[in-house]
Amino acid sequence: MKKVKLVTTIMVMAFISLTAVSCKDAKTDKNDSTEHHSEMNADGDHSKMNHDNSDGHHDGDKKEMAMNGNGTSQVVLNDYFNLKDALVADDNAKAKNLGGTLAKSLKAFDTSKYSDDKQSELKDIIEDATEHAEHISESDIAHQREHFKVLSKDMVDMVEITGTSMTIYQQYCPMYDNNKGGAWLSMNKEIRNPYFGDKMLKCGKVQREIN
Amino acid sequence: MKIVKIIAWIALIALVAIQFFPVDYNQSETIPQTDFMLVNNVPVTVEKSLQVSCYDCHSNNTQYPWYNKVQPVAWFLEGHIKKGKEELNFSEWDSLTIRRKTSKLRSIIKQIEGNKMPLDSYTLIHRDAKLSESEKKLLIEYMSDLKENLNN
Ligand code: HEC
Repeated sequence: MKKVKLVTTIMVMAFISLTAVSCKDAKTDKNDSTEHHSEMNADGDHSKMNHDNSDGHHDGDKKEMAMNGNGTSQVVLNDYFNLKDALVADDNAKAKNLGGTLAKSLKAFDTSKYSDDKQSELKDIIEDATEHAEHISESDIAHQREHFKVLSKDMVDMVEITGTSMTIYQQYCPMYDNNKGGAWLSMNKEIRNPYFGDKMLKCGKVQREIN
Repeated sequence: MKIVKIIAWIALIALVAIQFFPVDYNQSETIPQTDFMLVNNVPVTVEKSLQVSCYDCHSNNTQYPWYNKVQPVAWFLEGHIKKGKEELNFSEWDSLTIRRKTSKLRSIIKQIEGNKMPLDSYTLIHRDAKLSESEKKLLIEYMSDLKENLNN
């Protein structure tokens, strides 16, 4: 009997110390998998996308491609716009999901059709943007908006290189970030502020029309 | 009563035993050419703050006073170092592009402003790593200037 107790206690101790060491990672893993599930519903509007299939094949896993189109800048932009809309709606959970979606389409973005110079700049932009998107996928809304500001600059620079078939608007609200201002891209001319959401939905003006 | 005693003993033994688990110390002999302090003209005061408050988790060189070597502190630190370096590694600063540096500097400023870094769980043991208001101000000013200059 004593032996049994002893063994149990040892096992409990071992278990506790193992959990103590690994709890942090376990937590992130769980988050990741829940995001996975809800993602598919959250951004059902992939149908809006331009399925520009001109350059055919891509490496990377098939399922990912099916979900994310085929790794063009257009897919990235669409995911960015969806994320922006979630922030406009003050929807932290949705923005988390869409941040994850965007991170994936950024990773799947195939830059091989661009010149070497442009490729290296695009890779730089993608790496930076991916990190912001990943942070957005796991933080509170204030922090999401901080990252969204830098992400938006990455998107502006990306469009500079890739161009786009749509007409998009670069908009700017001077009050965000302690009056240092923040810009974003939108498909609509009308201002819907992703930095303030409901608090100041109309803060901003169109800075530039692209296309 | 006996049970309590047994548990106490086992806890003690476990505590001693885990001291023998190997730890990957995050230490390197040399300071790489890409180190933040080397490539930037960092004033002594800023250098000291960064070294004491950030470098343990965000560089290739962690200071290991005795309490950092004791388990489970060392494990706890190891986890933070791994995650911390993924986010930001001052030792490899200069390998980043201007875009990435700008992003990191922004993030550094925000983390300090928001009292998120250094982590509370860390300053609990490392009292000297806690930044005073004046140290915070100095760091933020320095990082902001650096950011401005990068983009000129
Ligand atoms: C105990 C170890 C530790 C110390 C000390 C520490 N950090 Fe961190 N830091 C981390 C970890 C771990 C992360 C990963 C994100 C998290 O878990 O919060 C991180 C993340 C960061 C990030 C990225 C945050 C984001 O979400 O954008 C920045 C920037 C940063 N730290 C700056 C600093 C600065 C500046 C200092 C010194 C004033 C510092 N850290 C001190 C462990 C540490």
